[in-house]
Amino acid sequence: MLELRNVSKVVSGQTHINDVSLTLQPGSLNVLLGPTLAGKTSLMRLMAGLDRPTAGSVWMEDRDVTGVPVQKRSVAMVYQQFINYPAMTVYENIASPLRVAGADKATIEEKVARAADLLHLTPHLARTPLELSGGQQQRTALARAMVKEARLVLLDEPLANLDYKLREELRAELPKIFAASGAIFVYATTEPSEALLLGGNTATLSQGRVTQFGPTIEVFREPVDLVTARTFADPPLNIVAVRKSAGELQLDSGDRLPVPSGLSGLADGGYTLGFQPHHLSLAARAPDALRIGAVVSVTEITGSESFVHLDFAGHRWVMLEEGVHRFDVGEAIDVFIDTRHMLVFDAGGRRISSAGAMAA
Amino acid sequence: MARIDLDNIRHAYMPAPKRDEDFALKRVHHTFDDGGAYALLGPSGCGKTTLLNIMSGLLRPTEGKILFDGRDVTGLSTEERNIAQVFQFPVVYDTMTVYDNLAFPLRNRGVAADEIDRRVTETLAMIGLAERARQKARGLTADDKQKIALGRGLVRSDVSAILFDEPLTVIDPHMKWVLRSQLKELHRRFSFTMVYVTHDQTEALTFADQVVVMNEGEIVQIGTPEELFERPNHTFVGYFIGSPGMNVLPVVLDGAVARIGSHVMTLPGATGPVGAQRTELGIRPEYVRIGREGIPVTVERVEDVGRRKIVHASIDGHPLAAIVPEDEAVPAEPHVRFEPAGINVYADSWRMDLGEAS
Amino acid sequence: MTKTWNNRAWFFVLPVLLLVAFNAIIPLMTVVNYSVQETFGNNLFFFEGTKWYEAVLASERFHGALLRQFMFTGIILLIEVPLGVAIALTMPRSGPWVSVCLVLMALPLLIPWNVVGAMWNIMALPDIGLLGYGLNKLGIPYNFTRQPFSAWFTVVLMDVWHWTSLVVLLAYAGLRSIPEAYYQAAKIDGASRFSVFRFIQLPKMNRVLTIAVLLRFMDSFMIYTEPFVLTGGGPGNSTTFLSIDLVKAALGEFNLGIAAAMSIIYFLMTLLVSWIFYTLMTRGEEQ
Repeated sequence: MLELRNVSKVVSGQTHINDVSLTLQPGSLNVLLGPTLAGKTSLMRLMAGLDRPTAGSVWMEDRDVTGVPVQKRSVAMVYQQFINYPAMTVYENIASPLRVAGADKATIEEKVARAADLLHLTPHLARTPLELSGGQQQRTALARAMVKEARLVLLDEPLANLDYKLREELRAELPKIFAASGAIFVYATTEPSEALLLGGNTATLSQGRVTQFGPTIEVFREPVDLVTARTFADPPLNIVAVRKSAGELQLDSGDRLPVPSGLSGLADGGYTLGFQPHHLSLAARAPDALRIGAVVSVTEITGSESFVHLDFAGHRWVMLEEGVHRFDVGEAIDVFIDTRHMLVFDAGGRRISSAGAMAA
Repeated sequence: MARIDLDNIRHAYMPAPKRDEDFALKRVHHTFDDGGAYALLGPSGCGKTTLLNIMSGLLRPTEGKILFDGRDVTGLSTEERNIAQVFQFPVVYDTMTVYDNLAFPLRNRGVAADEIDRRVTETLAMIGLAERARQKARGLTADDKQKIALGRGLVRSDVSAILFDEPLTVIDPHMKWVLRSQLKELHRRFSFTMVYVTHDQTEALTFADQVVVMNEGEIVQIGTPEELFERPNHTFVGYFIGSPGMNVLPVVLDGAVARIGSHVMTLPGATGPVGAQRTELGIRPEYVRIGREGIPVTVERVEDVGRRKIVHASIDGHPLAAIVPEDEAVPAEPHVRFEPAGINVYADSWRMDLGEAS
Repeated sequence: MTKTWNNRAWFFVLPVLLLVAFNAIIPLMTVVNYSVQETFGNNLFFFEGTKWYEAVLASERFHGALLRQFMFTGIILLIEVPLGVAIALTMPRSGPWVSVCLVLMALPLLIPWNVVGAMWNIMALPDIGLLGYGLNKLGIPYNFTRQPFSAWFTVVLMDVWHWTSLVVLLAYAGLRSIPEAYYQAAKIDGASRFSVFRFIQLPKMNRVLTIAVLLRFMDSFMIYTEPFVLTGGGPGNSTTFLSIDLVKAALGEFNLGIAAAMSIIYFLMTLLVSWIFYTLMTRGEEQ
């Protein structure tokens, strides 16, 4: 079990990590999700022991390891860049952590063979990394991390430099590769879709803070606040500011909307409504869907889906619809918000759960 | 803007290529229409960047000709071809202001000062950087820098084409949406000929009117995003486009009947006589319906990816992926049906036309 | 980037600390000690306060040496930096010639300084040296032991020959770090060769050139061996730079107090000018 207790990291006056507390269980996959400079790499360095926190402590199996250097911890790391020993063969690369640990020849051979087999590197063992494709180079780095059998495995955007399709393959394999080891996995990514495909737990990061930590799908569906919801949305979260009074939702633009049944218990006041692009549709999916008139600005068609960019009362929204839908630019259309999945945030950006709304 | 003809282009990086395998680009014969938005899509090493560099004039093809509006430009340098290019990593002139960055290509060509001012101001508005005109380019974010790189192409009203080499690689997901839709809007308003190289299917499909799918130095299919999705010409296209890609199941064909293992299903049309070694049925996960009727499957894993669920199942040991909407559940004792519209049949990996059902 | 945190690493610094202590700090303190005292031998010292400093700062001789020093440093910087950059620009960016060029460039740097002085001394001799004989044959009166201008010319030429390579190597490293895409983009923008230099190469070389200028400044400010071997500071005082003057004062005249005060002034000046350079050249360079 890895525990961060109120960890902060300040580098020359700038706060990179701001009061983070996290508990990661053995055998778990934990995604750190956030944009560039949100603090993912800084946090990983603190977990690894590459950096010492400015405040707070790091605990491993109920032992305070704050300040214990990385060599004395059981940590493996894989980076976005494909980092291998260029002069060694793939076999020697994979074997290197075992040789450092002083394993005997038979053990090395057996473990390298198993890792190479799992990562489809067996035919390339005699080559050097530079003779391999990017995907194979990263597989080599992953195999090295795997044979190390570290208790903490840190993967810092390991697939970012790979082709889309290679990413898909390796992403599907990763959980299988590491599943048996019982180690703690931490995986940093900027892409919400990647977090969802990986599953496990997700910690959303924004400006050095962990805004929420929990099972990935739960964080996605039930974000605690607006920052989390926006971090965890791709396409971007659609939002609109409203004021509830006299049984109506008033928008800044002067538009008025009826209050959907789910929100009838909400106290009067200012709120922010948020909803994912796929909860906006051309046809009502539920009886109390909210109908809104919007203007089309751009339509992107992938062949199976359409991303319709809409202007609504000064807000830029994206609607994700199945199938191919073509619209003229500037065309006014009616769209429906699925209020069952609508997220309501109070003036401070905290989400009001539907149960809370009822009680209020 | 110009029409670009690629006339039997072949390219090899080695000095004396003989066999087909020696060529990084085996044979490309294609026309990019004036004002079209094209994407070159394929895995790394498929030859897409080679092709782009041949168009921009950074590479001279080993064989073949390249024509801009009918004029042979094969021997011309990059500047003589009058193209613009946006690179993977944003290239800006650090020490110049945003304004000067945009004015740079015009000043180099000796455009009059008031004309420069007019065009730069116009372009700054187009790319949404008007407020930052006087700022030094050095301190800007990656997405703003990439806009400047694009702006330096847009500012030259006479460019033949704008070429993009994986321009969104270093951009955060949220900004990708903004930049992509802006690019789309610019194309619609000004009809530049644009060619966009990427390995990312979402970028290719959303950007282009026509997507050129490449693999191992060859064009596998050219089509609209819809065509590539509905009617992949080759199983590679089926695999490469779509996430997850198309399911490809080995089948035995007999007229309008296909046998998958021990199961039999009717095709929307009959195939002619099949002389192929290998026949397969392609069906995208989006067209696989999970219910209580059809062919029984074993569900191995269900991934909840938020807006939908990806069901990984198998039919007689053959893997099959299916997509289930967010609010639907996977039934116990699941069976699958294939939407007739989504069924394609392949002989030795190439698509066969299905005739009328007999 | 933040540094790896590990206490044991300090032990690796220990030898350097000891070395610096014996090599720099202890001698420096001795010098400071001398600079505020007067001795008449017998190891008897009397505290004199700032007397030596005042004497040095007021002396014509020091002013002369200082002026010559700044002129020399100014001239060699003006020649070596542009010349070094120019040579770096003409070097091939890739291919088999790269290593040949690099080795050729590194050669002058490998020659011991007194050998450089001796080499140029022989070369510049008016009767038998290639340079001296050649110039006189061409009708240009040249004699570096007699004419101050000839002496200056020779000292500057020697320094340029010896040290331009350093600027070349640094500038070349800076040029090599520029991604190919920048050159391609410049071609596409129709940039001239000069524009490419002015807006791409020069800004990207900024950092290494700062280092080159600093190194050359400090080094030339302390120059001793080569002019000592070549001209011995003459003719007259014409090539007597600060260090030569200092050694004359300390060893030639055994004016320990004066020499110590000069050393300290000299040290502070190098520090100050380096700091000014550095601040000026890295201004507005954050990120």
